[in-house]
Order: sequence, then C-alpha cells, then structure tokens
Amino acid sequence: MRATKLRRGLLTLLAVVLALAWAFPVYWMVNSAFLDKATLSSTKPTFLPFGGSLDNFTTVIGDPAFGRALVISLSVTLVTVAAALAIAFLGALAISRFRFRGRASFVLALLLIQMLPAEGLFIAQYKMMSSVGLLNNVIGLAVLYTAAVVPFTIWMLRGFVAGVPIDLEEAAMVDGLSRTQAFLRITFPLLAPGLVASGVYAFLQAWNEFTVALVVMTEEQARTLPLWLRGFIQASATRETDWGQVMAASTLVAIPVIVFFLLVQSRMSSGLVGGAVKG
Amino acid sequence: MSSASSSRRVPLALIIPTLLILLVALGYPIGWQVITSFQHYGMLQQFGQAPEWVGLDNYTALFTDGYLWVVIARSIVFCLVCAGGTVAIGGGMALLMRAVSTPARLILQVALLVAWAMPVVTSMTVWIWIVDWRRGVLNWLLTRLGGDFQGHNWLVEPLSFFAVAAVIVIWMSVPFVALSIYAGLTQVSPEVLEAAQIDGATGWQRLRHIILPLIAPVVSIVLLLQLIWDLRVFTQIKLLQDAGGFANETNLLGTYIYQLGTGAGDFGAAAAVSVIMLALTVAMSWYYVRSLMKEES
Repeated sequence: MRATKLRRGLLTLLAVVLALAWAFPVYWMVNSAFLDKATLSSTKPTFLPFGGSLDNFTTVIGDPAFGRALVISLSVTLVTVAAALAIAFLGALAISRFRFRGRASFVLALLLIQMLPAEGLFIAQYKMMSSVGLLNNVIGLAVLYTAAVVPFTIWMLRGFVAGVPIDLEEAAMVDGLSRTQAFLRITFPLLAPGLVASGVYAFLQAWNEFTVALVVMTEEQARTLPLWLRGFIQASATRETDWGQVMAASTLVAIPVIVFFLLVQSRMSSGLVGGAVKG
Repeated sequence: MSSASSSRRVPLALIIPTLLILLVALGYPIGWQVITSFQHYGMLQQFGQAPEWVGLDNYTALFTDGYLWVVIARSIVFCLVCAGGTVAIGGGMALLMRAVSTPARLILQVALLVAWAMPVVTSMTVWIWIVDWRRGVLNWLLTRLGGDFQGHNWLVEPLSFFAVAAVIVIWMSVPFVALSIYAGLTQVSPEVLEAAQIDGATGWQRLRHIILPLIAPVVSIVLLLQLIWDLRVFTQIKLLQDAGGFANETNLLGTYIYQLGTGAGDFGAAAAVSVIMLALTVAMSWYYVRSLMKEES
C-alpha cells in the first residue's frame, strides 16, 4: 500500500515538474516584460516581477513601428477571416449537402493542399506578387493567406453544416418558406458556432503567420507584427538588447492569440486527428 | 429548370470561389515553379531577360553538388529526432495524465494548452532570450549547477544550434501530441483494464497488449503529422539564424530555398528544391489524407 502511495506521489511530482517546464517560457515572457533594463542586465535573473512596472508596455505601445505593424496585421487578418469564411462556407455547403461528381476528388485535393508547405511555394508566390505589383500589399498577402486557410476551414465547417438536420429546413419549407428563407432563418443561426470556430482558426493562422509574410512584405513600412518582432531578434545578434521591451512586445502579440486559441482548441484538434479520436 | 440539372449546377457554383482562390494563390505558383525548375532563371532574368530552357540542369546541378545532400540529410535527421522526441514525450505525458489525480492532470493540461497557444514568433523571442549568451537564464542555471556556461553562445556551433532548435520544436509540438493521445486514452474502457488486472496482467502487459493497440491509430496519425511538419520547419531555424547562427552551417530545406531564392537570386535552383520538397510532402501526406477520407465517407 505504501509503495503505491509513494509511486503516486512521485508521478504527481513529475506531472507538476513537466507542467512548470512547459509553462516556464510563457511565464518568463510575461515576467521579463515587467522588469526594467537595469534589473534584466544583472547577472542574476529575477524570477518574480516584484518592483516591476508597465514602462515596457507603454514604450512599446508608443512606438510608431508597433502601431504600423498592428494596423497591417489587423487588416490582413480581418480580410483573410472574412474572405476565408465566405469562400469556405459555400464550399462546405457543397460537400456536405450535395453528392456530385468529382466530390471525392475535390475533398481529397483540399486535404492534400492543406498539407502543402508554405516553404515549398513562397519563392514562386513572391515572384507572382512582384509581377503583379502586390508586394508589400495588404490585399496581396491576404489573398495568399486566404488560399492557405480555405481548405482546412471547409473541412472544419463541413461537420457543422452536416450537423444541422436537413429535415428542419424541409419542415420550414413545408410551412411556406422558400429554400433561401429556410436556410437563412433556420440553418444559418445553427451554424453560428461553427462559423465562429472556423473564423478564429483563420484569425490565428493569419495573425501568427511568419514565413509568407517574410517573403512578400519586404519593406519595413509593410511589416506585420511577427516581422516586427523579428526585427528585435535580428538586432539582438549584434548589440545589447532591451529584453524587457522585446518581451512586452511579444506579450502584446501573444495575448489575443492565447485567449482565442483556448476558445477553439478542441474543435481544431478534432479536425486534425479526425476519426482516430472519437471525442 | 429540371431539378436534376439544378442539383448538378448548384454544388459546382458553390465550389467555384474555392477553386478560383486556390488556382490563383497556389495553382499558378506551383505551375510557375515546375516550369522555372527547368529553366535558367537568375539575376539577369530578374531584370527582364527571357529565361533559358535548360532541361534537368538545375536538378543535376543540385544533386551533384554535395551541399543539397547535406541539407537533405540534416533535414531528415532533424525531422526524425524532433518527431520521435515529440511523440515519445507526448505519449509519456498522456500516460502520466491518466495515472495522476485530477488536479495534477489539470495543471499539466493547462500548462500544455498555454504553451500550445503561443504564436511561433513570440515563442522564438522568449526562447532566444532564455538561451541568450549574455544574460540568458539557461546559462545562469547551468553555471549554478556547476558547469562553466558563463557567456556560452549556443547558436554558434551547428550541433548546439540544432539542439536548441530541437528543444524549441519539441516544446512547441508536444502539447498537441500529448492532448491528442490522452483523448485517445480516455476511450480505453476501465472495465477491460480492471478485468485484465484481476486476471493477473502486470502494468506493462496491460500497456503493451490493451492500451497500445487501442491507441495505435491516433499515435500513428500524430506521428505522421509531426514528420510532415518537422520536415518543413522554417520559422524556428530562420529566426535562430537571425539571432546569431551561421546560415550555411545550419540550413534545412526551407531556409535553403529561401537563401537560394531571395539571397542568391537563383530562382531556377530554388524552384527545383521547392518541387522536391512539395513532392516529398505529398508522398508523406498521402496516407494521412487517405485515412481522413475513409472516415469522411
């Protein structure tokens, strides 16, 4: 009996140690964000943000480069979310409500496309954007992002569309609504949670994306937030860095993501592992 | 309008926007890339000179140049280490979550979710700060533990560069794997395990003969996804190079393409490496996509 108790205690300890290890970088980011340059320059790290201040945050928010990158990131993200939802919604409707020739190939193509690495495409995308004059352009980047998220968005939405019983729509049509009316009044409201989840997925992808932005947003004026953060990393290679400010900047970029992510995580991962886990 | 013809036209109309955006943003670049990979397309072509057809020259040049093989070998080793490490640690954590009390499990789950939620570039800024050679907390800790790591630069040596990169990649990937396998484990019925225990099966036997076969599908899917994702790893390597690593000694496929294209302006070669990378990904994704399709129909 004592042996099992001891074993359980050790396992609990292990779980807590692992939890600390995985949470530590996130904690370290927030902790350092509150500390000033002098504290962070000391050879001994400061593990608790006592005596810290919001100075780093005010400096970062006051930096015009941050404001510019924020506006660009927000515009690209919003255009991507709106376009991806509109396009993917129609696509999801097609594959979950209709059986048509080529449907299986269409779904297969979507799933394969969703796996294509941006790194295998970005040089060609750069050339394409430069030939049509859309380098450093919000719409140009949003077009590339929309194409990248549409396949998985359709895949996520498909389940929600299929989940709305078609009988409900038909009953409404018997009651005298047209097909469009029945759809708008009955089906659409039931789809709202699915649209929110897929919208958040598209938001996270566009907000966090680094690779494609690096290639097509070549000018400093056109940097998205991840590219702006990269500027700090590049600078740190050659000179003393004010890590408190970098961490404050990172915290500001990460917080909306962490909040949104926690909202939709379960739906996104069930889309990825599919039938292997029945949740 | 007959309903048969309308029911054929409606779904096609619905997928037209999807087809259009995919053709414009992905189809055209892929086509361009395949064509360019058979052309000489360098700096002169950047300024308007027509590219010249060279057949398989780009491919033969790459495959006879030892550097591509070095990059491919590095990418494969890095991919195997990261994917293997991630699935081993993630699987271990999933089993651990089953064994411990609910509060301990919740603490671990929350920590994993928060780490998972971090945007990749912010994770990189924090990790680069942690391993910073001047004042990073890692060097402080190792020195406290008795090593001499004051001022040790982790990014200069290729081997320690990749060790840092692998730790970061594994840290980022473990949450998805651990939580997915744990979700699979919750499907294993406690009654079956209890019956096996009464029949005298040891913990190891229960794991080997009951639990593992039941979670094999989810483990194989997450392993495959990790292999695909870790083969294309770019952001982590690029940013560690920016932070002080030497690009030539640390390039993987993604950063090599980037360097060929935007750095050297050799678009023909960059396109050829991209085509190789796309082909590898499609081949590796095939099984995964088939398994998703099966469940779909």
